[in-house]
Amino acid sequence: MLLTLTDVTKTYATGEGPLTVLDGIDLALQAGTSLALTGESGSGKSTLLHLAAGLDLADAGRVELAGVNLTTAGDPVRAGLRRGTVGMVFQQFNLIPSLDVAANLAFQARLAGRHDPAWTARLAQVLGLCTLMGRYPEQLSGGQQQRVAIGRTLAARPQLVLADEPTGNLDEATGDAVLDLMLRLVADTGAALLMVTHSPRLAARLDRRVTLSAGRIT
Amino acid sequence: MRAGLSALLSHWLRHPVQLAMLMLGLALATALWSGVQAINAEARASYDSAAAVLGQNRMERIVSQDGGPVAQDLYVALRRDGWKVSPVVEGRLPATDLRLLGIDPLTLPAGATSVPLRGGADLADFLSGGGRLYLNPETAAGLRPDGLPALRTDPGLPPGTGLTDVGVAQRLLGMEGRLSYLLVSPGAQPDRPLPQGLVRRAPDDGTDIARLTDSFHLNLTAFGFLAFAVGLFIVNSAIGLAFEQRRAMLRTLRALGLSARTLMGLVLLELLVLALAAGMTGIGLGYLVAAALLPDVAATLRGLYGAEVTGTLSLRPGWWLAGLGMAMAGTLLAAGQSLWRLWHLPLLAPAQPRAWARASARSLWRQGVAGAALLGLAAGLLAFGTGLGAGFGGLAALLIGAALCLPPVLILVTGLGGRMARGALVQWFWADTRQQVPGLSLALMALLLALAANIGVGTMVSSFRQTFVGWLDQRLASELYVTARSAQEARRLEAWLAPRTDAVLPILSAGTPLFGRPGEVYGITDHPTYRDNWPLLAALPDVWGRIAAGQGLMVNEQLYRAEALALGDAVDLPGGPLPVVGVYSDYGNPRPQVLMAPEALMARFPDTPRLRFGLRVDPDRAGALAAALVADFGLPDGAVVDQATLKALSLQVFERTFAVTAALNVLTLGIAGLAMVASLLTLSGLRLPQVAPVWAMGLTRRRLALLDFARTLLLAALTAMAALPLGLVLAWVLLAVVNVAAFGWRLPMQVFAGDLARLGGIALLAAGVAGLVPVLRLARIAPAALLRVFANER
Repeated sequence: MLLTLTDVTKTYATGEGPLTVLDGIDLALQAGTSLALTGESGSGKSTLLHLAAGLDLADAGRVELAGVNLTTAGDPVRAGLRRGTVGMVFQQFNLIPSLDVAANLAFQARLAGRHDPAWTARLAQVLGLCTLMGRYPEQLSGGQQQRVAIGRTLAARPQLVLADEPTGNLDEATGDAVLDLMLRLVADTGAALLMVTHSPRLAARLDRRVTLSAGRIT
Repeated sequence: MRAGLSALLSHWLRHPVQLAMLMLGLALATALWSGVQAINAEARASYDSAAAVLGQNRMERIVSQDGGPVAQDLYVALRRDGWKVSPVVEGRLPATDLRLLGIDPLTLPAGATSVPLRGGADLADFLSGGGRLYLNPETAAGLRPDGLPALRTDPGLPPGTGLTDVGVAQRLLGMEGRLSYLLVSPGAQPDRPLPQGLVRRAPDDGTDIARLTDSFHLNLTAFGFLAFAVGLFIVNSAIGLAFEQRRAMLRTLRALGLSARTLMGLVLLELLVLALAAGMTGIGLGYLVAAALLPDVAATLRGLYGAEVTGTLSLRPGWWLAGLGMAMAGTLLAAGQSLWRLWHLPLLAPAQPRAWARASARSLWRQGVAGAALLGLAAGLLAFGTGLGAGFGGLAALLIGAALCLPPVLILVTGLGGRMARGALVQWFWADTRQQVPGLSLALMALLLALAANIGVGTMVSSFRQTFVGWLDQRLASELYVTARSAQEARRLEAWLAPRTDAVLPILSAGTPLFGRPGEVYGITDHPTYRDNWPLLAALPDVWGRIAAGQGLMVNEQLYRAEALALGDAVDLPGGPLPVVGVYSDYGNPRPQVLMAPEALMARFPDTPRLRFGLRVDPDRAGALAAALVADFGLPDGAVVDQATLKALSLQVFERTFAVTAALNVLTLGIAGLAMVASLLTLSGLRLPQVAPVWAMGLTRRRLALLDFARTLLLAALTAMAALPLGLVLAWVLLAVVNVAAFGWRLPMQVFAGDLARLGGIALLAAGVAGLVPVLRLARIAPAALLRVFANER
């Protein structure tokens, strides 16, 4: 199993007292499969994604990624996993504003030590970015930025792609096109995909669907 | 309105560190500016007070046509002829810095105010017995009373000035039978011409010393202004950040019905309240700065110009009002860009914090063009301009131009670094550094200016010190210097010393006007001591032979430059002109000076006392000889001075002279460091969206923090490298242009690599310390804070 969450709990301190965002979550994801995570706002979808990526730590339970227990792993180990095993696609794209499209595309692959110029060039072509390689993120439209973000993630050939509402900031047509691309490329690379979405229509296109409500899987 | 204002002010309650930075920046800027202004005001008040000790600066005078003294007989003749004039004797008391003023209270014109003579009892005291010498308490405390009349203190007198009866002054100054000038009573005077050789002179509209010290005060003002500008960088940074952070709130306030005009008014009101509070704090700090620096400034003015300034500070309403005005104006200036953006804030535009940095990047290029134009102007002014105005104008254009050019240069250099980089992380490091430049540009410009000022002024002072020490070694060639109390004792001393020394070299000096200014004439014996050591800048062949033969004189550099003299030009003196046959350096002396053979001097100034001698003796025997002189002749302390003591004393005066410069240097560098802290703190809040994705892709917070630290050090190092040539050019301008115009002497420039390396180290250390807080904050930042960049919900 590539990713396993066992009885995971996460609580945040708020002005009104502790707020339990995830409450005893169990979830597993195999390599080469895709899973849609849906639920209302505040149901804990993004938090679950962050725990899976090792960006945050669970208060209780166990999160295991590629055989490593993230709950007990130190910061350098978790950083190494993010570099080499996980790829993230964010709703806000989160490209690096100081780098141009070409450098952004290759960035994570180079960090992971897996930069393959031919593969990156192919991704650029498939994503329709070849004419934009010298531009900076601020000079791109939302759809173009999200395509760069997907390319950046896939260029590193991660085993697990975590996508947090990757089409949330895009119009329906652009969102569909971006998701098509992402599903195709994930399938090509044999990676697993865990995608957070509000849209039942998009969720239906993935292998499995899990809904979160008040911190629990329903 | 009230709700709007409270919404605006709530920002500061939630960001107290930002508020502290804003207040600190403005308070420090105001403190240094108003501190320097307080020092200048105090010094100018002292000059005016010295010039007006008798109100004589408002009175017409009768003076000798050749600038020399007026014979006392002529005064008596004028009085008998019905002229209402009063005699004044003025001069510097030998071996002291005391300016002695001798007056006759009985004939003093009614308009002249004589501070100590307020009643009949005082007048009787003034005229009694051996006379009285009235002094400021501060001056009296530092004076040895040997040979002086009884001392009386009066705080109304300016420092460094002694007031006494005209007869007493004549005796003390060796001017028996001679007067400096005659004060003319206002009102009718006989309708007859003055005796030949006398002329009437209108009152001065300004004092010589005030004119002489203008450049020094301009220098201080420039330093104060530099510190003020650096402080404003901090203010600009804090206000800029506050604007960015409140952009969404400002838009909401507009959407809720506050007009742009009202919102602008509220922001202005908020800024002025903050400026008022910070300005008042700054004025308090400024008073402390001025009080701490004033003794050193007084030492500088005494050392360089012979000007006396009181060592205590008084509070002047004009000064603190001007300080508050500067704080207000400075705040508005620093907030100008933010206010302009507020005025043009589109109601519906999305909040884009990074747009600020992007817009700044564009304007940096325009700024670079303006900077290059200013550098061109500086080159023109320094190459073709003349005088102090061109020097300071060139300096200002040079510094501002270089500061404006710095950010575009840094963008170019970091861009080049990025192109040459291999590896994703290094490439990102350079690209990210490049992106930081607009946000840090003001702080880096402040650091550049502070470092360049330190290098420039430091190089000037070190060059001065090196030259001065070498010059002292040459000038103070005699092993001992002895001063007799009377002509009779001097003759006995000479006879006693002849068999016990290698040479006894009399040092004669007389005061006389030179080209209309109070000057000095020195008589020195033709001896290898002078021939081998005296530092000459220019000379005709056989200069010492010509001097010894009475065929010429030497002038000091200040006189040579001030009067644009050439070798062979004649200098007017009592007894006829003499040609210039040589020029010597004479650092630290504010007065024009000439040097001639003792015989020539005695022929022209027959009353000159022969009291001082330089003694050449085996250095090993100098101590024993000095002890014997004191024992055999009962000479008082200070009458026998050895070379080492004199050199140490001169160097002590020198060090004190530049202590104020060093203090201002340190303060300016400190403020630049604070500007760095303010900017880095500002940016650390804005940088999360740039750092978080890299963290998400697998870099630890610790590594990111180390990269941030390296980035700060890199920018500081690049700035220090830019400051090096700028500082050296600044030093050259100070030494070759400003010094010559201000003081009349030119110093050879010497570069001290060790000092420069030390300053580079200090710059890196300052940047490191400034970057420490944001870096530690990043290293320890909670993942939740970074996650907020990605997540709109949990």
